[in-house]
Amino acid sequence: MDEREKLARRASKEQIIYANILVVGVWSSIAIMGITYFLYLSNIMPPYVDLHTITTLWGKGVKEYLELTHSPHGWGWVYFLNKGDFLNYIGFVLLAVMTIICYLVLVKGYLAKKDWLYTGIAVLEIVVLSLAASGLFGSGGH
Amino acid sequence: MLNKFFNTMNRLIFSSMVLVLTSPLGAFAADQAATGGGDKPWWFWPSILFVFCFVLGVLAVMAGVGGAVLYVPLVSGFFPFHIDFVRGVGLMVALAGALAAGPGLLRRNLANLRLALPVALIASAFSVVGAVIGLRLSALDPNIIQACLGATIVGIAALLIFSKNSEKPVVTKQDAIGMALGLNGLYWDEGARESVEWKTHRTLLGLFMFILIGLLAGMFGLGAGWANVPVLNLMMGVPLKVSVATSKFLLSITDTSAAWIYMNQGCVIPLIGIPSIVGLMLGSLLGVKLLAVAKPKMIRYLVILMLLFSGLKALDKGLGLGLLG
Repeated sequence: MDEREKLARRASKEQIIYANILVVGVWSSIAIMGITYFLYLSNIMPPYVDLHTITTLWGKGVKEYLELTHSPHGWGWVYFLNKGDFLNYIGFVLLAVMTIICYLVLVKGYLAKKDWLYTGIAVLEIVVLSLAASGLFGSGGH
Repeated sequence: MLNKFFNTMNRLIFSSMVLVLTSPLGAFAADQAATGGGDKPWWFWPSILFVFCFVLGVLAVMAGVGGAVLYVPLVSGFFPFHIDFVRGVGLMVALAGALAAGPGLLRRNLANLRLALPVALIASAFSVVGAVIGLRLSALDPNIIQACLGATIVGIAALLIFSKNSEKPVVTKQDAIGMALGLNGLYWDEGARESVEWKTHRTLLGLFMFILIGLLAGMFGLGAGWANVPVLNLMMGVPLKVSVATSKFLLSITDTSAAWIYMNQGCVIPLIGIPSIVGLMLGSLLGVKLLAVAKPKMIRYLVILMLLFSGLKALDKGLGLGLLG
């Protein structure tokens, strides 16, 4: 393998760190989903909304569904982690939070390299994702 | 013997697709979906969904499209779930697939972080806007979203038919924005056994296009690989392999922001979400293995046909024409 090939194959340090974090996060969240789904369907942890009720309401819009089942929205599910259905949100949230975690690592790397432009871009992305996660947007729909 | 097995699998996949689209079972599913399917035990639809998503995962990999672009129109057409839930889960499906593919693409230096970051910032910010608009429109009248989704899917099918990607576009001069952002690189092409240098042009135009891509991804829960690749490759001059890999990685960022909006609104029901995500991921793993021996071109045409059919069905449903049942 010549020098140019080595260079072409070599991913940057940030890319490798990003990839390593993703591997752990993604497969952990999939494993968590498997476990929580089993606890949910086997009724070891009874759900907040009965399984039969869901099948009669999943054809309705989300607003109506939440009203009829008295389900929480936003981060309200956190208070119902003892319920089988809401327990599944742990896997979903871990999946959705991975990018934010990876970006925090990127910011550190870009800061160390004094790459101000990409530090700014990464920080802005964290802001966008955090605002989306906060539940501030779209709450008027309820 | 292995070849015989894969040939059999090929035939099975082909037959299952034809079966899904033409058989009385498909018509039964559509009919049940139309009536709500409420007379079935609770496990009936999640089980069907798991198998359906497994097959979709295999097909999506072989056709070179994201899972969500097939998931949203087909599941909203053939299953009894409201489109709000289908879009929410569709985004989670796209997100899971993109996150799972990301590490391999980054390590092999095919997905380029420097190219992805600025593009992702624009697309993810506008996918939040798209998600909010989509949910508002859906609350107003779900048929509006259904019709717009149908038109978009038909457009995607046309794009897949007519767009001709360029393996290694020639970029004679990099523009100022591309240069300022450092949008260039070097990757190893395993097929050609050579290192390829690349740089971007028409960067500003490309970045503007990601506003539209973000809006559509958020509004319909589609993922956006179908749009990312042509913009990166044909407009900005990024080599096809880097475009495909960076696009897949981009989805993990773009879809995260829209997925949060749908999740916070309560659109991700675990009973629908988990069989979809796990089914599609397992299907994708098998699809990658089958890719070596399958005939992706024929499968790609079939997937385009499926897209056209599901797009027209969504359009028909949204406009209330009743031509396709």
